[in-house]
Amino acid sequence: MRRTSFPRRVFLKSSGLAFLGLGLCPGFLRRAVAETTRPRRTLVFVFLRGGADGLSIVPPVGDPAYPAARPTLAIPRPGAEGGALALDGTFGLHPALAPLEPLWRSGALAAVHAAGLHGATRSHFDAQDFCESGTPGAKSTEDGWLNRCLQEIPEPRAGAFRAVALQGTLPRTLRGTAPAVAVEGLQGFRLSGHERLDSFEGLYAGAVDQALRSTGQEAFEALRAAASAELSARPPENGAVYARAPLARRLQDTARLLRGGVGLEVVATEMGGWDTHVAEGGSTGQLAGRLRELGEALAAFARDLGPRLSEVTVVVMTEFGRTVRENGNRGTDHGTGSVMLLLGGGVRGGRVHGGWRGLDGPGLFEDRDLAIGTDVRSVLAEALAATLRPPDLGRVFPGFTPSRVGAFD
Amino acid sequence: MDAASRLTTVALVLVGFAARASPPDSGGPGDGWSSEKQAVHVLNRLAYGPSPASLAEIESMGIQAWIDSQLRPAAIDDRAVEAKLAPFRSLQMSTAERLATYEPEVKLARQRGLDPADPETRARLAEELPMGALPRQMGAELIAARLIRATESRRQLEEVLLDFWFNHFNVAAQKGAVRWMLASYEQDALRPHLFGSFRDLLGAVAHHPAMLFYLDNWMSTREGFDLGALRRAGAPVPKKLAEGGKLGLNENYARELLELHTLGVDGGYTQADVREVARCFTGWGIDRPRQVGTFAFHPMAHDRGEKQVLGRTIAAGGGMEDGEQVLDLLTAHPSTARFLARKLAQKFVADEPPPALVERLAAVYLATRGDLTSVYHALFGSTEFWSDRAFGAKTKTPLEFTVSAVRALGGTTYGDVALVKALDGMGELLYRAQPPTGWPEVAAPWVNAGALVSRINFALALTAGRVPGTEVRLPEVARGAGASESVETLSRAVLHVPLSAATRATLLRAVAGEEDRMPDGETRSVDRAQVAGLLLGSPEFQKQ
Repeated sequence: MRRTSFPRRVFLKSSGLAFLGLGLCPGFLRRAVAETTRPRRTLVFVFLRGGADGLSIVPPVGDPAYPAARPTLAIPRPGAEGGALALDGTFGLHPALAPLEPLWRSGALAAVHAAGLHGATRSHFDAQDFCESGTPGAKSTEDGWLNRCLQEIPEPRAGAFRAVALQGTLPRTLRGTAPAVAVEGLQGFRLSGHERLDSFEGLYAGAVDQALRSTGQEAFEALRAAASAELSARPPENGAVYARAPLARRLQDTARLLRGGVGLEVVATEMGGWDTHVAEGGSTGQLAGRLRELGEALAAFARDLGPRLSEVTVVVMTEFGRTVRENGNRGTDHGTGSVMLLLGGGVRGGRVHGGWRGLDGPGLFEDRDLAIGTDVRSVLAEALAATLRPPDLGRVFPGFTPSRVGAFD
Repeated sequence: MDAASRLTTVALVLVGFAARASPPDSGGPGDGWSSEKQAVHVLNRLAYGPSPASLAEIESMGIQAWIDSQLRPAAIDDRAVEAKLAPFRSLQMSTAERLATYEPEVKLARQRGLDPADPETRARLAEELPMGALPRQMGAELIAARLIRATESRRQLEEVLLDFWFNHFNVAAQKGAVRWMLASYEQDALRPHLFGSFRDLLGAVAHHPAMLFYLDNWMSTREGFDLGALRRAGAPVPKKLAEGGKLGLNENYARELLELHTLGVDGGYTQADVREVARCFTGWGIDRPRQVGTFAFHPMAHDRGEKQVLGRTIAAGGGMEDGEQVLDLLTAHPSTARFLARKLAQKFVADEPPPALVERLAAVYLATRGDLTSVYHALFGSTEFWSDRAFGAKTKTPLEFTVSAVRALGGTTYGDVALVKALDGMGELLYRAQPPTGWPEVAAPWVNAGALVSRINFALALTAGRVPGTEVRLPEVARGAGASESVETLSRAVLHVPLSAATRATLLRAVAGEEDRMPDGETRSVDRAQVAGLLLGSPEFQKQ
């Protein structure tokens, strides 16, 4: 069997955006990138699609405006029945995220509040698009910020699993000239006629369609790597138990890839069901169900990795938050600012980052939404500086100068 | 001749003029193409790919007559498929009958004193109850019917358009009561209007409980609407509803109506317009969604104040007609014309459609006040549709790939679970696209490593006869034909395009491997299933 048939990296070409971003990388991030010799960390990006309600995930239970705006939805104060888990004087953690509490206490988990994307919209489609392209307002951007980061740190000899989307389709975040594969799960990722692999590889090498040609090469290389590392057979460690839910399965596959020694640097995955217009629920109910699934999956992943969690950084975010006041159907409509969660290596954990400006006055946007206190790109830039360390973050987020959030060491 | 058909005629003349005004070398539709190439192109776009029967149909009718007949599907005899669908009981029921027949698992669990929140209980219930009594039976029948029609119906364009408009007006089975309403949504709201006026289609969708439920409009009321107060005043409001407190506006449908159904996200509306449109649609609801499930307008929930939508005033004191006025306004809006024209051109010509074509189609839309058949007609007669750049330029969606593979081998299907699972594995879960954008039409989201491996696995399984409920007939090769001749015959029958030298060499190498293993040194005819599997899994077959 031929092991490496084609020089698959020939498709790497410089991004057209590269010229726009010069000089926009602040000194503190340049130093973070330059002043270290430790190996790069793996970045796991979890996108909550649908607009997750940050005011229920990390509720400002200490803010008197909070229960007033949310008569039926507000998460009660810590200590009350169904109350939030106390984080600090202002914030609590949704009780369904209880599996994450030990990680908060140990300093592995942090939140950034009132995070969002300036100049975005309340359209799911556009807001997700802008979050993934990293260029709000510019629809013609072809690639995603995570792919541009990979373009900044080319690895001509990287394996097929360097950048992986664990979901059915390659998300916008990872689209671009740097190779990336998308697989729904490792279990089903094999060719039923393995002896045909060489033939199909030949067929796709000759494909006229460039996307099919490069995807084919990535697919066949990944098939070989997955088979030889026996990735799908690896059991969880440290007594971790993953629930039978999509995100849990995807994070389990992430752990398998990490242990498989296949050169994993980036994982992108997603979770849906956050668009809670009707009957959102408070401590229990619709949103609580989604949060339980999220919390259990992240906690199992952290446990599975054990000390290796320090080699990985997980970033959880959504396209926008929801209206501060609940709507007429005990739900919330599309809003602006929300919350981000950060877990793992490099995270300055056990605290809520981002300046909190309350739920009225400057903290309220257009008299309805949580105003953005922190641009998500500032947080993503710090996360990249702490993990993949691209030499020029200005090319990853062209035209944007990150502000200091201090969410990472 | 009434005003509308006069306008249609004017629009068609305009389109004809546009075609003549194009560069001389492009000539008329399909000029310079062999009749086989014309047929293959049309079947790739207006149908789910060429099948031996559909190619023969075009050959006997002529290409233009075939296209024209597809634009009038009611006249096409499709009794064979209708007969095949007759056993699907759930598709012939009303929504109310479906709600009564296929009770939710949760309800059945409670009747047996079991905890419906426990997944184990639900699994046990599924085993104890006959499949035919469970709601999932409806989904299985709906999906099977869709796959059978796509594969075998002679009204191919209707099936292609159904898929297009379903995605345009997407609803998802997993949201609440929607799954009991899906069959009606497809049969009553979409199918009757696929070839009619956009206003009728838009109106049928806006009135349909599936959409009202999916985008929450049935819950949207004027601000402060108080059911408790109504009950106290003696109105027949159920106690449970009355305890729900005050209701109010929900923006979900209004926003998607503007962004996804009509104007497009850059169509020139504001957040204020979203709220005003939502106010217009307050009271558009559903009569008991889990028992009756038909449209109902609730006058008391309607906001009777004045509204400003896209700079137009909708006078105070209106009722249900407020919403109708909004739909009129949106239908006639140039942004809607351009948005729909672009989507249709993207579907039938190229992922990045030529702007000139989009402008011309938008003009036809406006001139005919949104007559969809006029737009289709203009599209299928355009030089862009018949250009070399358009030929084979689209990447098949998983549904298109799966069905076209069965059709290419003259196959038939019962749309059984094996076929559905294969489609799921490629990423397209029929009726379960969760976001309101539906499943994407363009290539980029579908072309990735995992999905590609799933496509190849399906090609191998189908040709090896390992997809129960779906059968194919492998093309014949001449007795005694050599490997080269056999590969040539099979690839012409499956791909209809000449093989590149590299592809031919790869296929011959794969076949040669088999011959090497022959013990007696005799030439055995090639393994047709194997070659067909490679062909259906090839990059060429992913395109249309």
